[in-house]
Amino acid sequence: MNVVMHQVGAPGFLHRFEGLRDRLPGGRLPWLATLRAQAAEAFRAQGFPTRRVEAWKYTDLAPVAEAGFDEPLTPMDDAMDLPPAQAGARAVFVDGRFRADLSSLDGLPFEVSSVARHLDALEGRLGALARPGEEPMAALNTMLFEDGLLLDLPEGVEGGVLELLSLATASERPSAFHPRHLIRLAKGAKLTLIETATGPEGARYLHNPVFEVEVAEGAWLTHGRLQQEAPRAFQLSTIYATVAAGGTYDNFTLNAGGRLVRNEIHVTLTGPGAACHMNGAQLLAGDQHADTTTALDHAAPSCASRQTYKTVLMGRSRGVFQGKILVRQVAQKTDGYQMNQALLLSPEAEMDSKPQLEIYADDVKCSHGATVGELDAEQVFYLRSRGIPETQARAMLVQAFLHEAVEGVTDEALRRALDAAVEGWWARQEETLAA
Amino acid sequence: MSVTTETLQTVQSVTEGTYKWGFETDIEMEFAPKGLNDDIIRFISARKGEPEWLLEWRLRAFKAWQAMSEPRWAAVKYPPIDYQDAYYYAAPKQRPKSLDEVDPELLRTYEKLGIPLKEQEWLAGVTTSPDGTERAPVAVDAVFDSVSVATTFKERLEKEGIIFCSISEAVREHPELVRKYLGTVVPPADNFYAALNSAVFTDGSFVYIPKGVRCPMELSTYFRINAKGTGQFERTLIIADAGSYVSYLEGCTAPMRDENQLHAAVVELIAHDDATIKYSTVQNWYPGDAEGKGGIYNFVTKRGACRGARSKISWTQVETGSAITWKYPSCILQGPDSVGEFYSVAITNNFQQADTGTKMIHLGPRTKSTIISKGISAGRAQNTYRGLVRISPRAVGARNFTQCDSLLIGDRCGAHTVPYIENRCMSAKVEHEATTSRIAEDQLFYCRQRGLSEEDAVGLIVNGFCREVLKELPMEFAVEAQKLLQISLEGSVG
Repeated sequence: MNVVMHQVGAPGFLHRFEGLRDRLPGGRLPWLATLRAQAAEAFRAQGFPTRRVEAWKYTDLAPVAEAGFDEPLTPMDDAMDLPPAQAGARAVFVDGRFRADLSSLDGLPFEVSSVARHLDALEGRLGALARPGEEPMAALNTMLFEDGLLLDLPEGVEGGVLELLSLATASERPSAFHPRHLIRLAKGAKLTLIETATGPEGARYLHNPVFEVEVAEGAWLTHGRLQQEAPRAFQLSTIYATVAAGGTYDNFTLNAGGRLVRNEIHVTLTGPGAACHMNGAQLLAGDQHADTTTALDHAAPSCASRQTYKTVLMGRSRGVFQGKILVRQVAQKTDGYQMNQALLLSPEAEMDSKPQLEIYADDVKCSHGATVGELDAEQVFYLRSRGIPETQARAMLVQAFLHEAVEGVTDEALRRALDAAVEGWWARQEETLAA
Repeated sequence: MSVTTETLQTVQSVTEGTYKWGFETDIEMEFAPKGLNDDIIRFISARKGEPEWLLEWRLRAFKAWQAMSEPRWAAVKYPPIDYQDAYYYAAPKQRPKSLDEVDPELLRTYEKLGIPLKEQEWLAGVTTSPDGTERAPVAVDAVFDSVSVATTFKERLEKEGIIFCSISEAVREHPELVRKYLGTVVPPADNFYAALNSAVFTDGSFVYIPKGVRCPMELSTYFRINAKGTGQFERTLIIADAGSYVSYLEGCTAPMRDENQLHAAVVELIAHDDATIKYSTVQNWYPGDAEGKGGIYNFVTKRGACRGARSKISWTQVETGSAITWKYPSCILQGPDSVGEFYSVAITNNFQQADTGTKMIHLGPRTKSTIISKGISAGRAQNTYRGLVRISPRAVGARNFTQCDSLLIGDRCGAHTVPYIENRCMSAKVEHEATTSRIAEDQLFYCRQRGLSEEDAVGLIVNGFCREVLKELPMEFAVEAQKLLQISLEGSVG
């Protein structure tokens, strides 16, 4: 008898699903079993997307598809070294599983819990926004998710700052985990969620989270994401968010870690006066590949969206930005703006941008801009003419470029975390350059 | 005369019919049997007395085409095309040997279109200049369905060593040049429509400008689809040898019909060291009626290669016609310091769909490109800018600037922008800007307050919106283009 021990790519994941389906969380819930089976079908049909798929034109998933992944095997009582907390309250996930023992959630004015423990109450909510039929990575997530953060902010609650820490552990063979996070802010609620994703140096894993985010009327979610995965790790994340009238979804993503990273965000503005800010910075060196893909759906009148993404590329790194703004026919008085800028600091780096406007309403103001280039020679000259050595002048300009990216962040806790991360990254690059 | 006064006069002069080029010429035609197969290709090749190598070339392209599928990535929708249900060769029966022998019916047709085939006349139809000064005339190659019926000013151009003739004639008279360059910019199997064209192309223009020659007049081709059930597959090849200059104009019209007719052209430009080619198009194929019935499917591959150092290719297009436009005039910037330009106005009304843009492929060091695209969408039309700027690692110091502006008139149309920017060179600089807006209320109010009707005011504002592109057009074409913009928008307001 031939036994294939480790199938790779899509068949490997499908094989695992077939073997595990009854033992996955919620395996006995008919609605969830159906949802997972449908997702498996969608994933079987699509597989890992190749570059022939327009949405993946610039990101080749071959390194992910060719790696064989195991289930993460983390002993639940493992004591772990945690990075210092960014805020008071922290929900900790290790290899995609909630760890109440490591989390500190006391004193929060709302409940934080684990998706796995409340699956029986999540019919109709889990999967309401994700589209496994269109995004294969969401299909993979739906098929195999085990856990995730479950957040419900009641009406009018000021939630303060919550940190979501996602830790990976090192294991012999690469592991894969697919957390599904559900976040809902009721009318007028407010929360800052700071998410940090990281893992030990040398760890190889696939972190494939899906977020389903609902922001109700007048609510405001600041969603900061510090992606600092281990240098050989993959992170492919997909966020689905809807924003009702007068609500705001404010996302800032820092892509600094990982070998191959994709940050895909789908936001739908469903009520008049809804707003979305999507900003981010990608800090890339070595052979890193980072892809930010945004899709903004203006489905209601008088909404505003703002996007600014900045990428700094060193070494042989490759940066991708794809941003689509869709303005539906009902979405009159839309105000949409998008900017993406990239700084190439190495002759071997590459940046690919695809901003996109799709507009079906006439009374709108939409614009996008993109620039790619090296440091402005005139700016370098200006600083040098004032006695600043070239290396230092260049460093100043790079830092200024990076700070500009972070500058728009109004939440103080997030801003501090981002500043620290950006400075840490630049210090490491300077060390590398000096060595 | 300032552009504004000109525009006002234009606005006044075009209140009559919408598509005045929609008439049909009754002339005896010769057709190949309907359908597409090896025998039809042999028929076309034989009819044109082509050498064996070209027939082989066509058959290879046909084989490649059969293995290809229609591109579906453009933002255009149309029912499946039955490629077997069309005539691939249609030519007037009488083949004139010189201008004097051209069928008077044909001459009348072109006169009606404002394209005089008598050599003393100019493109705009003006025979004498008011101040009596002599302005450079325009040489015309007139393509009627599948064949070139006349080429003017040939002798005058020959004196300078310039070759300007139909491509069929070039195949006979200058086979070495055709063989050397044909398909080198747009390979026969480049894409579905280019492969189809390579298999069945019937006529088109051929231009060769020798070293150091500045072409003394504008060259132009006028394409006319007349026969029912045909497609037009013309092939244009322009070679500008070192240090030469040529400005080339292209115009096109077709009768109003309920059926959709296919136009799949290929244009190849080659610019050697220090040569400049300026290629201007006013595309006015029949756009279909207000209900979206009929109209030309315009699936065109245009590409220029800046092969030499400091060479320059500039595309200017005003796209007002066609039911569907699928067209991306591109530049391959190989020579160091070569320059590519793309200036485009695409205007769609009623049910028209346009998916157009450019590709700027920067290969050589210090290559520069500029893209200015203005899209105007009215009625229920969809208008997409789709472009690619690619900077290769060797294109040190390359520079691109892109600006795409869209204007929406009415709330049932769409305007889309899909640029691809790929930079693999650190010292290159790429900038892209795009905006979408509608005609501002205050601009309209200002015009209305001064007594302009709403329609005239819109025409005026649209002309202003397009000015950056229109100013790139040669004089005669600029006037024509302004008129066309106005006509295209008729019925879009109020």
